[in-house]
Amino acid sequence: MNADSNLSQVADALWKPNRGLNNFVQRAVVITFAMFALISIATTFGIVASLVFETFEFFTAVPIWRFLTDRQWTPLFTNAQYGIFVLLSGTFLTSLIAIVVAVPLGLFSAICLSEYASPNLRRWLKPALELLAGVPSVVFGYFALLLVTPFLRSMFPQIAGFNALSAGLVLGISITPLIASLSEDAIYAVPDSLRQGCYALGTTRRETITGVVLPAALSGIVASCILAISRAVGETMIVALAAGQNPTMTLNPFVPIMTMTAYIVQVSLGDTPAGSLAYKSIFAVGTSLFLLTLILNVFSFWFVRRFQEKYE
Amino acid sequence: MVSETTATMTEPVIQMENLNVYYGSTLAVRDVNINIPYNQVMAFIGPSGCGKSTVLRCLNRMNDLIPSARVEGKVTYHGRDIYSSDVDAVDLRRRVGMVFQKPNPFPKSIYENIAFGARINGYQGDMDELVEDSLRKAAIWDEVKDQLKKSGLALSGGQQQRLCIARAIALQPDVILMDEPCSALDPISTLRVEELINQLKDQYTIVIVTHNMQQASRVSDYTAFFNAEATEQGGKQGFLVECDTTKTIFNNPREKSTQEYVSGRFG
Repeated sequence: MNADSNLSQVADALWKPNRGLNNFVQRAVVITFAMFALISIATTFGIVASLVFETFEFFTAVPIWRFLTDRQWTPLFTNAQYGIFVLLSGTFLTSLIAIVVAVPLGLFSAICLSEYASPNLRRWLKPALELLAGVPSVVFGYFALLLVTPFLRSMFPQIAGFNALSAGLVLGISITPLIASLSEDAIYAVPDSLRQGCYALGTTRRETITGVVLPAALSGIVASCILAISRAVGETMIVALAAGQNPTMTLNPFVPIMTMTAYIVQVSLGDTPAGSLAYKSIFAVGTSLFLLTLILNVFSFWFVRRFQEKYE
Repeated sequence: MVSETTATMTEPVIQMENLNVYYGSTLAVRDVNINIPYNQVMAFIGPSGCGKSTVLRCLNRMNDLIPSARVEGKVTYHGRDIYSSDVDAVDLRRRVGMVFQKPNPFPKSIYENIAFGARINGYQGDMDELVEDSLRKAAIWDEVKDQLKKSGLALSGGQQQRLCIARAIALQPDVILMDEPCSALDPISTLRVEELINQLKDQYTIVIVTHNMQQASRVSDYTAFFNAEATEQGGKQGFLVECDTTKTIFNNPREKSTQEYVSGRFG
């Protein structure tokens, strides 16, 4: 017993960890990383604060009921009108066309990739699809303006040179990889044991996919679609180039329209003096846009939380 | 199908003749000859890697889902070669049900877990009745009858496994394959599933793969012992050592390796 305790004293004397510098580095690293994290949070707050400030100034000059009820959007005219629903209808129209294109395209690509493609095909298809996501939106914009629009007009001559249809279609193609990639992740995450269990009940591959795999991946698929909608709502270059710059309250896809984002581009690139009411109006539009995508994201977050299945 | 079943009552339900299973070019299990008798429990036992699960998965062609898997030899179900080109694997799996190692209920309600397979296979009878009957046969009705709308995933592990057994029963199969159905369950749940197997063998032919020799001796009438040997490529190759009544396998086996395995000397 005595010998033992002697030994442990001797052993203790041999172990002298030198962690003074280590502890200092540890603390420095934590502080540095926290500062980096703070930068992004501070930026978000900065954006919101500037939006709120300028938006507030705008609404002191233009009452909010005019913003919501005017039938036209003409802030640059002498007899200015500020009906946000004019721009909203443009955004709604292009986003709707985009989502009608992108959901089936993206979802079928995701199903094909995860359930039907051989590992070899998958190795080629997936990067190819993600390449599409890397195409700059200005390229998509000119693609819409110089290729898709002439093609559409060759079939339907009544279509205007700038129109919501062409912009919406190309916008849809541009958000397809987002839906495909995120939906594919969701489908891939469905445990294989569920597929096996389903096949063992005497079901075909199609029945397994529609009956078990897709319902099990539903929360992820819906989340990907909502994320794609908010991307479509916020997308600027394609709609500014191809949909025209003509604020019109319409759901007719053949005529030029203007989206919320296109308006912000028009004013911020134009010679509108800073501080004028027209200048402040882009912040009001920006706030509306921000609220719209925020609502979509909150809904998506809620939906995933509500319907996500937990597997062991 | 029913009349055919009664006519061949004394015949084996499933017969394997010279069955070899390959994964790619590797022979995983060789030379399996087993007759599975009508309304009895057959246990497959053996050390890991001996191919007992692989052989089980040949009986309802679940191996078709693994692209590299290939089967040689003959497996007949009521006298018909299930690997012949005119047999539809989807149809076969409706008649030869399966329960897996880990309970895998669908993320649907308890009711839907049972009704799903029946509906897809075009069941024409009263669905409520079928659901109740299947849950009763799987000895889980009393626990879930007031919460049929609750998710199957909300049940405990043992309940989930009995739900999966009910799901298989709902398709009115005549064979149920069980791949280590108790290996993820606690001892009490295991006991309940074993009791259930004893009740089910009046109506179904059951083939159960198990790691647990006591379980084999408790629930089965016949036992097939598989063993594995190392191959030159460094893999393992499984083969059937012997198949007999459980009593013989455990008390008086023909082969020395069987004796050593069932007495716990290796495996």
